Amino acid sequence: MGTASDIKLIDENNIRLDGRGPDELRPIKIETNVLNRADGSSFIEWGGNKIMVAVYGPREAYPKHNQDINKAIVKARYNMAAFSVDERKRPGPDRRSVEISKVVSEALEAAIMVELFPRAQIDVFIEVLQADAGTRIAGLTAASVAVAAAGIPMRDMVVGCTAGKVGNKIVLDLSKEEDNFGQADLPMGILPKSDRVVLMQMDGDLSVEEFEQATSMIMKATKRIAQIQREALTKKYEIQQKEQGE
Amino acid sequence: MTETKQIVIPGDEIERTNEKVRNGAYKCGQDKYCSEYFGIVQRNEQFIDIVPFTGPYFPRKDDKIIGKILEIGPSMWTVDINSPYHSLLHMNDTPWRTSAGDIKRYLAIGDYIYGKIMSINELRESWVTLKDAGLRKLEGGHIISIPAPKVPRIIGKGGSMVNMIKDATGTRIVVGQNGLIWLDGIPKNIMIAIDAIKMVENEAHTVGLTDRMEAYLESKKGEIDGNSK
Repeated sequence: MGTASDIKLIDENNIRLDGRGPDELRPIKIETNVLNRADGSSFIEWGGNKIMVAVYGPREAYPKHNQDINKAIVKARYNMAAFSVDERKRPGPDRRSVEISKVVSEALEAAIMVELFPRAQIDVFIEVLQADAGTRIAGLTAASVAVAAAGIPMRDMVVGCTAGKVGNKIVLDLSKEEDNFGQADLPMGILPKSDRVVLMQMDGDLSVEEFEQATSMIMKATKRIAQIQREALTKKYEIQQKEQGE
Repeated sequence: MTETKQIVIPGDEIERTNEKVRNGAYKCGQDKYCSEYFGIVQRNEQFIDIVPFTGPYFPRKDDKIIGKILEIGPSMWTVDINSPYHSLLHMNDTPWRTSAGDIKRYLAIGDYIYGKIMSINELRESWVTLKDAGLRKLEGGHIISIPAPKVPRIIGKGGSMVNMIKDATGTRIVVGQNGLIWLDGIPKNIMIAIDAIKMVENEAHTVGLTDRMEAYLESKKGEIDGNSK
């Protein structure tokens, strides 16, 4: 956040570096069931982000002392590939990925009906193959699709989106440059049906008005992303239905 | 006209008038029900069910299942029943005269059994029994697995689908409620039966599947061994 720079991230006509308006999302593409061994899987391309998610379980939780006799535990593991960023990332868990794994696990746990699977564990592996700002919410969005595709009961889907402050203006879905040189970044995870917030973090400073503007922008965008999730899931089955109808 | 079944994803509200919502939905407001699963909506006059496309198997009492022996204790076998939790089979629940400490003579690790869920508690610990008509150790044959929610489709109304595949291919088939299927017969015929089952699995959410299966099995008739036309 806030590294001084001469780059003008947003111009007088509210056009951003990559030609988007302030409330425009980057293109999102989701595919499901891309891995045969996993119980559910998905692949998301969100702007320059490329993320693969695999879901296993519910299965008996190990080590046994981690089991919860009242509910299943959701274990998400966020991992960045060494080649996912400009300079080689040292492989293995670090401070940042441990934190993201924790917040994503908790966001998913709010949607999954964990009380149906006492003593069990649901593993969610989020592998970032190419990173381009907003990987945690892209990973969360894809993870929720993969969990649904695995047939695990959920109350709602989980949708992630970011907003931020760039050149003193509030914009949606920050790109890499805006993330690095902007003034604030606000990733959020939402249950689109009930508008409940399951993940919220903030980097940088926003005034109360700016914060409200940013959250309302995110709330609107999540409806669009939820629609993309729905299409990703139903796509495969609808083609078969059409073939049959002919 | 082909009837298309409605597809829902988790959180979708289910439209209803007077029907009762039975499986796969939760209460999400005053007199409102939302789907828990990514699946299809199945309606009749009384009930609405959400049938997921795939998912884990939940053991229920009296389900007949196919299990694999994982571990042997002094008086119990641990059985993998294709569910999030393992199940147990006690030596007294078998038809054999067993004595503690020497039970691996009857069932060894890796053997398959056709058993019944005897009891299950709120911790999802379950026990299997082999003491009922038709329950046994499955010797020889071939095991395949399908998602447990698709089992009713494989069986068909009153067993019509699986009986059709059995008769047409001349194989012995045992379908477990947990999604494991045991097939025995001539290898070539087994392969045809597996193809037929995979076809049902892939098209389980479509309408008019029995007719297409009949046509498919008819087209395979020439390839089946020991089946005079």
